[in-house]
Amino acid sequence: MLLDQLASVLLNTEFYVAIVRMTTPLLLAAMGSILAERAGVVTFSMEAMMLMGTIGGIIGSGVTNNVWMGVLLAMIFGMIIGLIYAVVAVSIGSHQIVTSVGLNLGALGLSAVLYALTFTRGGEIIQTVIKVPSLPFWKVPLLGDIPFLGPVFFNHLPMVYLGYLIVPLVWFILFKTTWGLKVRAVGEHPHAADTVGISVAKVRYAALLFAGALNGLSGAYISIGMLNSYMENMTAGRGFIAYTAIVFGKWQPINVALGTLLFGAADALQLRVLALNIGIPYQFLVMFPYVVTMIALISVVGRASWPAASGLPFKREEG
Amino acid sequence: MTELLRLEKIRKTFPGVLANDNVDLVIEQGEIHALLGENGAGKTTLMNCVYGVYRPDSGKIIWKGKEVTIHQARDAIALGIGMVHQHFKLVPPLTVAENVVLGLPSKREPFLDLVAVEKEILETTKRYGLDVDPKAQIWQLPVGVQQRVEILKALYRQAELLILDEPTAVLTPGEVEELFEVLRSLTKQGLSIIFITHKLEEVMDVCDRVTVLRDGCVVHTVNKTETNTRELARMMVGREVFLKVDKPDLIPGEVVLEVQDLSALDNRGLPAVKNVSFTIRRNEILGVAGVDGNGQTELADVIAGMRKATSGKVVIRGSDVTNLSPLDIIKKSVAYIPPDRQHTGLLLDFTLTENLIGKSYYRPPFSKHGVFQKKVINEFSSKAIRDYDVRTPGPELKAKLLSGGNQQKVVLARELSGQPDLVIASQPTRGLDIGATEYVRTRMVEARNRGAALLLISTELEEVLSLSDRIAVMYEGEIMGIVPGKDADIHEIGEMMAGVRRVGDRTANAGKTEVVKVS
Repeated sequence: MLLDQLASVLLNTEFYVAIVRMTTPLLLAAMGSILAERAGVVTFSMEAMMLMGTIGGIIGSGVTNNVWMGVLLAMIFGMIIGLIYAVVAVSIGSHQIVTSVGLNLGALGLSAVLYALTFTRGGEIIQTVIKVPSLPFWKVPLLGDIPFLGPVFFNHLPMVYLGYLIVPLVWFILFKTTWGLKVRAVGEHPHAADTVGISVAKVRYAALLFAGALNGLSGAYISIGMLNSYMENMTAGRGFIAYTAIVFGKWQPINVALGTLLFGAADALQLRVLALNIGIPYQFLVMFPYVVTMIALISVVGRASWPAASGLPFKREEG
Repeated sequence: MTELLRLEKIRKTFPGVLANDNVDLVIEQGEIHALLGENGAGKTTLMNCVYGVYRPDSGKIIWKGKEVTIHQARDAIALGIGMVHQHFKLVPPLTVAENVVLGLPSKREPFLDLVAVEKEILETTKRYGLDVDPKAQIWQLPVGVQQRVEILKALYRQAELLILDEPTAVLTPGEVEELFEVLRSLTKQGLSIIFITHKLEEVMDVCDRVTVLRDGCVVHTVNKTETNTRELARMMVGREVFLKVDKPDLIPGEVVLEVQDLSALDNRGLPAVKNVSFTIRRNEILGVAGVDGNGQTELADVIAGMRKATSGKVVIRGSDVTNLSPLDIIKKSVAYIPPDRQHTGLLLDFTLTENLIGKSYYRPPFSKHGVFQKKVINEFSSKAIRDYDVRTPGPELKAKLLSGGNQQKVVLARELSGQPDLVIASQPTRGLDIGATEYVRTRMVEARNRGAALLLISTELEEVLSLSDRIAVMYEGEIMGIVPGKDADIHEIGEMMAGVRRVGDRTANAGKTEVVKVS
């Protein structure tokens, strides 16, 4: 019985559409952070950047009545978190995981406050988030009409297409540009980079701002795109899952993308099975992607080779 | 000859330390200029001021007749100054070409142009006789080649002055010769080289002029042809030195340590020690020579119980101790002087007293029923500090505040005061100046004379030669040969260190010497 139902899920085009939909936020976030990670900064604060992206998206879109302003504000909010993180972790040199935990908790509270300030007065809702303009579906001409492949790959929100492009783009930046070379050098041996005149701090700042922008974008995708709504903590730990995908993919853009695909698929499966209503308590289903994440990590993390300078603040005089 | 670089009255202080004072130095074009001095004499600090790593507090740097200010390495590079640091500044997972162009704008900015760079590198390597594959990743290359990559990096940046910080410390005798050849060919093309070292023979071998530094000041600058090693040593230390340790001939006693077909892995899980066998007897020092990273550290770790053996046996005074815990092995009267006193040897944030009882704190007389016997401990600590001549304001000082030499004396005091039967000493004089080196070596010979068996692991060939009764040479985890310490042939040992000669155990049975030439 269960197998039949599972088969019906797996044979349904909707499942594959959902995979692409659920992978996209993880993909954008992970690809955004991979450069900062390669530059030796632990981007455990991705959740904070994404959360600020969700609220930035809904505020920008709601206040201006223009969804693209929402996208812009989400990216700016994400970059602000990236900048704060850079000041505290790169310039001051504080412990990166602890700083990240602080930022993640802080963003959770801040996003709720910003929501209340923007959409409520004295506890009364003055604007319902459902009516906030949300991102349009872009159907790719011709390609979108191909059976199966069309709906699965070519009838989505704009960010999904960006997701297709971002993987080769990040790969290219990392391995084919002088800036990418600097990023890799700074993450592996910052003292070596410093002695040839590279500013370690500048590279890490830039990488964190890039991470902020893309993680913010990912947040906007969730609020004014995928769910077209807003609620507290609406990323639900996706920032951590995306972080896990980076470790799982061993900092190689293509492997990381595959990692997000795995977690996105787990998420999609959970959603589709939930919709079938087959008597598995929904709490177990909701747990499913996180369990997959954990299993994936256990299977790979022992062999993961972190960038040599990962998490270490750079101080020159000690060199 | 024309003057390239002139330093006038350079002064550099760190909190509480005067590193350089009133230093004058002139470098001519096309010369190899040695900067000679003990550890802490201020050689590297001075050069770091020239290279922009530090800024001098006062004084002038004059480059090609013009006064310059160098705020950071980038400025120095732009002037034409290159530096090869003691610890290479290469990024291990990147290729040679990537390391060479790192930080430089590409001709196709913002894109990398590695194909063109690789071609240029090959041309440069041909011109100067440096043999390097531009596509290789750094971590795959032997240390000697990595050093060439560093030199290449400087040449690629049009360096006219090359500063080499203790370049031979990590090389085999053969590699040193190759390096010297490269340096000579560089100066023929008009480059100048500053050669930081504390090895007198190297100065006499390759340098044109020598500046001796002591306590941050210039003692003297002389032409090589007008001096000799003895005079240089006296200038360097400020007194006559005798590095030969007197060692009476003793007949070795019973076997203390027996290692049989021992194998072990390194931290990356690759074979590091391969089927190693040897014995050490009472009243005997077995020296292990070899270039750093050929399994010596792992071998010592396994014997001390800090690393698992994958096969083979370690037998101490007849009992099998293979893969026992470090504590169980300590209880067999084994002392271990680890290669790096700052991490493994000492707890830097603990006091001298706490460090001194670090291996025996749990048992009487230092602790009874789980309570420290403060009085006994303090007496022991004061006596150890006296006996081992640790220069400290008091026993309650944190270990990190001592100089390297005094830190090592604390390690010696802890390890040797219990009169151990077996002493494993791994790089016991690494980074120490001549005075402290002399002290450590004397103490080890004393332990030998008292009846201990010593395993001495050192990458300083001179140390192994002057202390050992027998010498084993390790190469890629294997023992290439064991030869008598007396009248050992340094060339033969050099060839074994480089892995091109294998002689077996020539000390086990003099009749059955087996010489195999591999290459």
